Amino acid sequence: MLELDDLRIHFPLASGEVVKAVDGVTLKLAAGETVGLVGESGSGKSTIGKAALGLIPATSGAIRAGGEDVVGASAATLRRLRSRAQIIFQDPHASLNPRMTISRSVAEGLILNTPLRGRALRERVAELLARVGLPEQFLNRFPHELSGGQKQRACIARALALDPEVLVLDEPTSALDVSVQAQILTFLKELQAARPSMTSLFISHNLAVVRFLCQRVAVMYLGRIVEEGPVAEVFENPRHPYTRALLAAAPAPEANPRAKGPRVDYVELTGDIPSPVNTPPGCAFHTRCPVARKGICDVDRPADLDVGPRHRAACHFARDLEAA
Amino acid sequence: MSDAALSAAPAARRPMRFRETRRMAATYSRSISAMLGLALVVLFLATAAFGPMVAPFPEDAVGAVNFEAKLLPPSAEHPFGTDQVGNDIFSRVLFGARTTLQIGLTVTGIAILIGVPLGLIAGMTGGWVAETIMRVTDIFLSIPGLILAIAIVGALGPGILNAMVALSLVWWPGYVRLVQAKTLSLRNEVYVDAARALGAGPFRILFVHVLPNCLSPIVVKASMDMGMAILGAASLGFLGLGAQPPFPEWGAMIAQGRSYLPDWWWCAFFPGLAIYLTVLGFNLMGDGLRDVLDPRQR
Repeated sequence: MLELDDLRIHFPLASGEVVKAVDGVTLKLAAGETVGLVGESGSGKSTIGKAALGLIPATSGAIRAGGEDVVGASAATLRRLRSRAQIIFQDPHASLNPRMTISRSVAEGLILNTPLRGRALRERVAELLARVGLPEQFLNRFPHELSGGQKQRACIARALALDPEVLVLDEPTSALDVSVQAQILTFLKELQAARPSMTSLFISHNLAVVRFLCQRVAVMYLGRIVEEGPVAEVFENPRHPYTRALLAAAPAPEANPRAKGPRVDYVELTGDIPSPVNTPPGCAFHTRCPVARKGICDVDRPADLDVGPRHRAACHFARDLEAA
Repeated sequence: MSDAALSAAPAARRPMRFRETRRMAATYSRSISAMLGLALVVLFLATAAFGPMVAPFPEDAVGAVNFEAKLLPPSAEHPFGTDQVGNDIFSRVLFGARTTLQIGLTVTGIAILIGVPLGLIAGMTGGWVAETIMRVTDIFLSIPGLILAIAIVGALGPGILNAMVALSLVWWPGYVRLVQAKTLSLRNEVYVDAARALGAGPFRILFVHVLPNCLSPIVVKASMDMGMAILGAASLGFLGLGAQPPFPEWGAMIAQGRSYLPDWWWCAFFPGLAIYLTVLGFNLMGDGLRDVLDPRQR
């Protein structure tokens, strides 16, 4: 399982200003659950993914991955964490060392964390690669000899080598061709079934993919979670204007959108996401929000409101938007 | 999960390692100038290795005097002519190759041994350590290398050994800059993050993930610097600060031959030609290597 508690990650700039990449995020993933984390570029979702593995230090708050405290962990604790949490990155072309063969890349985690060596190690690596659909002839190839989809499979094999309890997937398909995306997504779906106890944090800006793979979804805006709940609930009955805008912006995955229950009155979003250096006062979204009211939204930061079973939204009007 | 393209790939396992090398060799050999550079370098290395054995007048290299044969023009017996004390210039040029190679290797080698570790430290650590290393490097880079080398030799006293020490001391900052810049970009690579996530410590990151990916630009710069260091040593020799006559060093030979220009041109011309071809060879080879190893920097 993975727990983020009031996590803040701030990057100081040379100018003395501070980038608030993640600004108070609380999210709990139960064992075996796959939770989607969606939002625009710059909303802080990838930063959370890296912080969950201790790759980026947290400014404050707590992260527990597989029962280990990540924030302020000693080098030894972080090392123990390695076998429990792993990450798959967006760009498979950049995530493999160009000077290492595929088998060496996949073997790295095993060499660092297990006593496997020699023949046993080679057999284990071959088995891991076979499981992601890369036959033996790929063992001694270099990354540039593989296609994007093959590289991403090698990265998945590398991440699964240590049998992690927590897997962070940082937009694992967005750098791939559409046809290859489908293969990887199908494989990830099979993986969920094969490893029912593995907790996954699936970072994406593709709502259709989140709907396909995740049980719950958290929507991020400017370093904060604005809405969170079960996938069906959030997608059918979004309570935060930002979630509505995101859903409106995404092309409908179904051939006939009306076939899937009542559609809410979607809003369209104008303008750009504000800079995380100067976050707007009050609700960070009020500069672009169609329902924002002067004197409320630009002054008070909205608290999380429970709007349904395990469904929360950080909007002053979340309950009023119900029957929109 | 397996698609057709996967299983259709040829099942060659062993030759895979050499495929990359073969591809690079093919790319390199397509360039005429790179092959010319390689030929010149091979000729130079062969001369350094076997020159002293085939030299027709080996005693002339160590300062024999034969005034009957002084300042003879190039002929069948003396292909490069003879100098003011009757020494065979061809033999002296052949002997000089070994000295020149020694200078090039020593200067470049010491520069790499000092510069690369400092560059790695500066690139990996950051903070005041990196800041100190880089500012000292900047100071060295802001002074023309040869001028500084002349000052150092001036302080140490002229001589071939002191010339090599002086050149090495001014040569390393270039490597610090190169390696530091490369390390800075490499340490933010996604595969470095992936290695950290797998539990790799800083030393493993450095030696397994960063250094091997720095090697190409280092090799390219080293092959270029061989030529530059040889030129630098010849310059010091020409100024009388490097090898001392009658030691057969090309720069010193030009310095001596200079007083006999233009009538006895061969005294300065042939050592100069040797320097020219050697430096040209290393530069062309470096260019070719860069095209193969470091295509993005073209």
